[in-house]
Amino acid sequence: MPVTKKKPVKKSNTIKLKFDTSWSYDPAPESKSAATIKPQYDLFINGEWQKPLSNKYFATINPANEEKLSEVAEANTADVDKAVKAARNAYEKYWKKMPARERAKYVFRIARMVQEKARELAIIETLDGGKPIRESRDFDVPTAANHFFYYAGWADKLEYAFPNRKAEALGVAGQIIPWNFPLLMAAWKIAPAISTGNTVVLKTAETTPLTALKLAEIIEEADLPPGVVNIITGAGETGAAIVNHPDINKIAFTGSTDVGKIIQRAVAGTHKKVTLELGGKAANIIFEDAPIDQAVEGVINGIYFNQGHVCCAGSRLYVQESVAKQVIRKLKDRIESLIVGDPLDKNTDIGAINSRSQLETIQKYLKIGKQEGAEMYESSCPLPKKGFWCRPTLFTNVAQSNRIAQEEIFGPVLSILTFRTDDEVIEKANNSPYGLSAGVWTDKGSKIFNMTRRMRAGVIWANTFNKFDPSSPFGGYKESGFGREGGLHGLLPYLSLKV
Amino acid sequence: MAAGSLTMLPDFSISPRIDQVGVEERASRFTKRSIKKEAKMNGLLLVLNMIDLTTLEGKDTDGKVKQLCYKAMHPHDAVPGLPTVAAICVYPSMVKVAKKALGDSGIKVASVATAFPSGQAPRDVKIRDTKYAVNEGADEVDMVISRGKFHAGEYNFVFDEIAAIKEACGEARLKVILETGELGTFDKVRRASDIAMHAGADFIKTSTGKIQPAATMPVTLVMLEAIRDFYYKTGKMIGMKPAGGISKSKLALHYLVMVKEVLGEDWLNNEWFRFGASSLANDVLMQIVKEKTGVYQAANYFSVD
Repeated sequence: MPVTKKKPVKKSNTIKLKFDTSWSYDPAPESKSAATIKPQYDLFINGEWQKPLSNKYFATINPANEEKLSEVAEANTADVDKAVKAARNAYEKYWKKMPARERAKYVFRIARMVQEKARELAIIETLDGGKPIRESRDFDVPTAANHFFYYAGWADKLEYAFPNRKAEALGVAGQIIPWNFPLLMAAWKIAPAISTGNTVVLKTAETTPLTALKLAEIIEEADLPPGVVNIITGAGETGAAIVNHPDINKIAFTGSTDVGKIIQRAVAGTHKKVTLELGGKAANIIFEDAPIDQAVEGVINGIYFNQGHVCCAGSRLYVQESVAKQVIRKLKDRIESLIVGDPLDKNTDIGAINSRSQLETIQKYLKIGKQEGAEMYESSCPLPKKGFWCRPTLFTNVAQSNRIAQEEIFGPVLSILTFRTDDEVIEKANNSPYGLSAGVWTDKGSKIFNMTRRMRAGVIWANTFNKFDPSSPFGGYKESGFGREGGLHGLLPYLSLKV
Repeated sequence: MAAGSLTMLPDFSISPRIDQVGVEERASRFTKRSIKKEAKMNGLLLVLNMIDLTTLEGKDTDGKVKQLCYKAMHPHDAVPGLPTVAAICVYPSMVKVAKKALGDSGIKVASVATAFPSGQAPRDVKIRDTKYAVNEGADEVDMVISRGKFHAGEYNFVFDEIAAIKEACGEARLKVILETGELGTFDKVRRASDIAMHAGADFIKTSTGKIQPAATMPVTLVMLEAIRDFYYKTGKMIGMKPAGGISKSKLALHYLVMVKEVLGEDWLNNEWFRFGASSLANDVLMQIVKEKTGVYQAANYFSVD
């Protein structure tokens, strides 16, 4: 008595695999009850939770159903000033004087506590940002903990990192982070800063403040001296107040190129050190001798990871013409098997778009792409009624001059272009105002080295994509910013080296 | 086999390259799927229905095979309405016994052949071995490829041999065992898969079960992707049978996820996907009873055959 029996499919000219199977997965949602979210959050300044001087709060919602999760304080210039004063005081009074070994203990403690609270952090990250729980659980939170561990290790070894130099902290660092990896970006910023002896005023992104506030609770529990880490919430004006504050020694920003340019103008002529990690339009290049199935998987991971809200997303796919048809057919079949829906479901591959405004931006580009004559193909998956959603989408027949090939879309949208020779693809890949990351897929080792030598991108992945490790520096060329985060290089922006 | 593909035989030495790291990463991704409730129950029933219940021992007797056949037809009568397994897999000398024991149950009899498991015999012996099994009543033949010749680069030899066995099979479906544990790299697994499919295999199968490692998820993924490419090119479906080393339900469900997400709906039945296993059935039964009653029963409640 067979359970199912199907006749073999007759040969046809358009062979497509069918993924709409009779055997589908039941919902497997992670439980919300494992996370505590307060109805309201104040500002974390000088080791305590302080009411904003602005007296204003704003809501943060779950982009998957538009329900309000909590409300957070809106810091104004006076609040920022208070936070900077607390950070300055902590720097002079405690952090600067503390032996590096002791400093490291605090950072190790934070790292361990992030691990201990991993499940709660993952759930909140998913609720607040819309990313699938599989990613926040398996990527965001563990990588954030690793960053704290890694930089805690450096704290008392700076003389080995920079031999014959005396490495000194800068003072107060003002840090502004984006909404795509809220906890991870907070870790990328805070870990190297405090490990090297600086104190911090960090502002979260407007739409995703909650995990950084959870991190503030961890820092409070870890008993760091008051004021070493101050975490505040707000929108663009709060960020501007940080950038323009005269008593800040260093600005670290991750976000859009437009805002990056404003920041660079604002700090020009001041003593402030600055690092900017901005947008990208990464070229992902598939040569005809590549392991095609793994390359296809890498392209999927490169563009649909975190709904494409990744500055280093492989959003421009260059495929050698001899394998283009094959690659496109496989990509089309593969996006059909991606599961789009409830971010808290453990089987979800693609979650919700982070905000209404980002969804509008993506939809604008979908329209532009079609107007430019590119062919749009999207998954046939159903979308939930409430919340912000975008199907995994790809464009074929894209020209180098198309806006969808030049501008950062920051969504699950792939532009596919073809090429014939190595020189051609290097020229096209470099033909972008951005230079953050790139990917190369080939079975030939020598070709990989040739490509990496000639391409202008801060990170180049070979036969893989979107791999991160705290020991590996990350940062861009051109309009993708400057300065490096991660690795030994990531210490430099927070130090002044003296002979 | 499709005549069209014969005229366009590829150069097997340039079969697509496989990146080991990428394959392993993708394979582990399938294990992250959470299979719960009804999906789990349906999956377990599907797995049970896909099993080739196997006994391939020197000490096999008529009695042993008869018992196994009864188990195949009545996996666990304490739970009514269970599906049967897909087939019984035995040595050629046991085909007649199995065939008679299974009667009109619809369960297939698969016989290994071609000097299983080593394949170290002349071609005419292999053909006679195959013909004997088919004449005894085998519905399916599980052959092994000549791994030695394959490693020596004699792909035409391997191809011709498979084609000759396919001819000897007549109406019986041919499963070609690559013995991936002896091939060494995923590149070679892919190449052997391509050769087998173009030479006329109805199924490709990972292992004899006599060599470690036997079936793994990454190696099965490489073969499923080869099947997908062959289907894209020719429109012809080829079945897949991982064998050896799959003894737990959870792992079997991971395999189902992999088939579903690589090949899709059409392959999710026992005509196109099989598990070659001896101990998997009891674990699946144990899980089915657990799903139905909420409690695990001791292993002794399930017959050992």
